[in-house]
Amino acid sequence: MKKIGVLALQGAFVEHVSVLNRLGVETSLVRLPQELDGIDGLVIPGGESTTIGKLMRAYSLVSPLKELIAGGLPVFGTCAGMILLAKQTTDPNDYSLGAVDIRVRRNAFGRQVDSFETELSVPVLGDTPFHAVFIRAPWIEKIGDGVKVLAQLHDGTPVAARSKNVLVTAFHPELTGDMRFHAYFLKMI
Amino acid sequence: MDKGTWTVKAGLAQMLKGGVIMDVVTPEQAKIAEDAGACAVMALERVPSDIRAYGGVARMSDPSMIEKIMEAVSIPVMAKCRIGHFVEAQVLESLGVDYIDESEVLTPADEANHIWKHDFKVPFVCGCRDLGEALRRIGEGAAMIRTKGEAGTGNVVEAVRHMRAVMEGIHRLQGMREDELMAEAKRLGAPFELVKEVHDSGRLPVVNFAAGGIATPADAALMMQLGADGNFVGSGIFKSSRPEVMARAIVEATTHYQNPDIIAKVSHDLGKAMPGLEIKSIPEDELLSKRGW
Repeated sequence: MKKIGVLALQGAFVEHVSVLNRLGVETSLVRLPQELDGIDGLVIPGGESTTIGKLMRAYSLVSPLKELIAGGLPVFGTCAGMILLAKQTTDPNDYSLGAVDIRVRRNAFGRQVDSFETELSVPVLGDTPFHAVFIRAPWIEKIGDGVKVLAQLHDGTPVAARSKNVLVTAFHPELTGDMRFHAYFLKMI
Repeated sequence: MDKGTWTVKAGLAQMLKGGVIMDVVTPEQAKIAEDAGACAVMALERVPSDIRAYGGVARMSDPSMIEKIMEAVSIPVMAKCRIGHFVEAQVLESLGVDYIDESEVLTPADEANHIWKHDFKVPFVCGCRDLGEALRRIGEGAAMIRTKGEAGTGNVVEAVRHMRAVMEGIHRLQGMREDELMAEAKRLGAPFELVKEVHDSGRLPVVNFAAGGIATPADAALMMQLGADGNFVGSGIFKSSRPEVMARAIVEATTHYQNPDIIAKVSHDLGKAMPGLEIKSIPEDELLSKRGW
């Protein structure tokens, strides 16, 4: 059986675990480098990217994660997870995993009163729109070579993307009960 | 595009889970909190232990002070309004704070009614001492709950009492037959629909943090092991002798709450924790947790 690690330093990791378990895969929580052993994929959840980033660095997770992702480990990052995986962000930080060639703007839509829900067209998931929840969400400002946009807002802003083994969404598929993004991620493994 | 929905209000609290929300009174402190890994800050004029010492009426903070803190950090900023003072809440919403704490730490403005929180686009967190109080606040629209504990004491005993009471109430409901739920709703003084929801799901419908007296990394991990989703730390950080070190240690102990080796490691050489207060030494009418119902 496939085992998916879920980075559990801070944020909504339990929600991802519950979706993945419903899809019939085993999960394990990752807080320390040795907990990366034996996983077939990794989810980086929503939360505060500064908090998760600082804890990743303090507990020596940055270089093993970079190595695993460079070696092809499939990774799925939502919201804060997308920020941590992006090669470039508008925030100067030294904990980016640089896993996907996009530039991301943090808190791009504004503060919490600007958080919203909307229907997105996501062609790789079929015709039914995906109900997406954006919470103090980032957006993608620039797409690099080899990165495919999977979903855009009505004004064309990219909010989901994929490179070879990295999947990112600016919104939270773990909050809505629609499991298609997680199922899509499992097919990448 | 729908803004201010229940899902985005409760959802922000879900994103704060496993984290530490720190009280700060200046932009400099907010920056220290963010650098230490806080997942949000609570902007206020005085930390609870100083409110206790000053006496008098404690109100919402000066908007310019809240705005300066909002400018200083990129993490969510919360602010407190008085229980029942819906105009202070309107002001905080207009400033654009990310969460409002309708807090017993400030002097209540209404002794009978709490704010009808469903009317706001900004989410609210409220304190509770047991399951009934938690469900009353959620019924009014709170999208996040915290224990009241006894703020400003550095004494975790009340937070433990309140967290255990909430958990005991949930376990009790889980063990009940459906025909017992209406009587239990009456006993709890809580909305029936929410009582039924907790009975069916075995948990609160919103995120539940610990607050009120957490002063050390071990306190933070204790609350997590008792079932808290995260911790508020008020006076415990900036009333300690080495705030940067204490803040980082409490963040790490909250993440690694099940790992005693790490809690031990981060507990070394933290300097002096905040001075503590024995609850019994506080006159009954000065207990903050007795405010609200």
